[in-house]
Amino acid sequence: MALTKLDQLYRAVILDHSKNPRRRGVLDKATTKIELKNPTCGDVIQVQLAVEDNIITDVRFDGSGCTISMSSASMMTEAILGKSVEDALMLADEFSGVVQGGEAEHKHELGDAMMLSGVSKFPARIKCATLSWKALEKALETDGTGVDGQLKHD
Amino acid sequence: MTVPYAELKKDFKILDQHVNDEPLVYLDNAATTQKPEAVLKAVEAYYHTSNANVHRGVHTLAERATVQYEGSREKVRRFINAPDTAEVLFTRGTTTSLNWVARSLGDMVVEAGDDIVISYMEHHSNIIPWQQLAKRKGANLKYIELTDEGMLDMADLKAKITENTKIVSLTHVSNVLGVVNPIREITDYVHEKGGIMVVDGAQAVPHMPVDVQALDADFYAFSGHKMMAPTGIGVLYGKRKWLEKMEPLEFGGEMIDFVDLQDSTWKELPWKFEAGTPNIAGAIGLGAAIDYLETIGMSGIMDHEQNLVAYLMPKLEEIDGLTLFGPKKASDRTGVIAFNIDGVHPHDVATAMDMEGVAVRAGHHCAQPLMTYLNQPATARASFYLYNTVADADKFVEALKATKEFFLHGLD
Repeated sequence: MALTKLDQLYRAVILDHSKNPRRRGVLDKATTKIELKNPTCGDVIQVQLAVEDNIITDVRFDGSGCTISMSSASMMTEAILGKSVEDALMLADEFSGVVQGGEAEHKHELGDAMMLSGVSKFPARIKCATLSWKALEKALETDGTGVDGQLKHD
Repeated sequence: MTVPYAELKKDFKILDQHVNDEPLVYLDNAATTQKPEAVLKAVEAYYHTSNANVHRGVHTLAERATVQYEGSREKVRRFINAPDTAEVLFTRGTTTSLNWVARSLGDMVVEAGDDIVISYMEHHSNIIPWQQLAKRKGANLKYIELTDEGMLDMADLKAKITENTKIVSLTHVSNVLGVVNPIREITDYVHEKGGIMVVDGAQAVPHMPVDVQALDADFYAFSGHKMMAPTGIGVLYGKRKWLEKMEPLEFGGEMIDFVDLQDSTWKELPWKFEAGTPNIAGAIGLGAAIDYLETIGMSGIMDHEQNLVAYLMPKLEEIDGLTLFGPKKASDRTGVIAFNIDGVHPHDVATAMDMEGVAVRAGHHCAQPLMTYLNQPATARASFYLYNTVADADKFVEALKATKEFFLHGLD
């Protein structure tokens, strides 16, 4: 049956991250907070970062969304913990390419997030995968002011 | 006449295809419907034989185009039993129709402190125009509560609609819950209190007989594309007594009577509202869609959908962990079924069902206040139409069970 194709999208690792998300919750010592919405589907994500001396020393996410967006957020927190702001932004950019069928240079750093490369075969779901990473980019680029926003549909 | 509904699929080429290697079962009819060959041929024939601008020019093609365009208006009038074609305005769709009413009528009759009453089951297009009107005027926007089954709470309705209410705008049929509202009863109550009744008929006109005189609403809006016509054409029916007083929202060609240097006068109804070259082909397509629907019969279409829902409900209620929204009784609703599988996000449900060839919608269905009210971030939704069959319903149930199995236990 055609659901076998779904395995490309929903690997065990992804389902595990969705059911047992890493670093979900509130970060008391956050230096940057952001909430990003995907207005077309109602997904909401909050990302909170503690940045000290340009290093991401802690991160939490919270929100509501589908398996893909929640597992991606969970994987994102694993990938960026301990990274410099520049490296985190580089990974976010690379991840955005991976879910659209691109190659990754830093597969090891992206870690479990590489499992989401199968999303590229499901164009309607790419934005689910990138929501948390876009939130991360926006939080870091606004230099800690963490304005709330919407996922742009470009 | 017994309509062979299973045969109707042949009229829709798009339904005869495989999606993700499975035969397509299209269950997103509340979003938009497929177009029968008859509609596509009517649009093509218009462009092949009669394309010209309407209401001007004396040449033959212009005359043909005008006759066909106005002929469609007459078909719409008859279809909804409006008293006069002067009260049938062509618009871009329900959204435009409701915006026109909120802008033109709303700005004319609503003042600071007045109440505008809508409900929690409204589509965004029947919320935001009123929100904006309330903000412009300093009026109050009030929401009628729903019962546990998602029907209008009539006691709350009677409490919220008062002598201070200027406009009440309600959907005839909910695009999420499928519930059919008692429009005539409500309209009588609104009129008794001195208010104006506006109805969003986008989910009603395609699925059941609608008689605007029997409903007695002051305005009634609907879209062509949800009833097998092309996109970009819709209708606003309004009572002449209001339309006469209302100012047009757009100005330009096609809507003027006489243009002076400093002022102008407008054409008579309905043309004073239709500035610019209209969607002629769309209107002709809508006329052809009405012909198609009338051949089948609106009462029969409603029965067909309710039969499918009555067939489906017991099968769906048997599925553990499936939450259904809206009324339980098939006779209280149309072929719209919103649902969630416990522990599985509706987007994941929709992707999985798409892999099985079943097209359903997932999301907030342009009804965020309703989602908040139901305490759901989103739902999945299957919506049936005349070309859907018992086999489609079976496939839907099968795909739903397989989807639930996949997410809760994985593939064996």
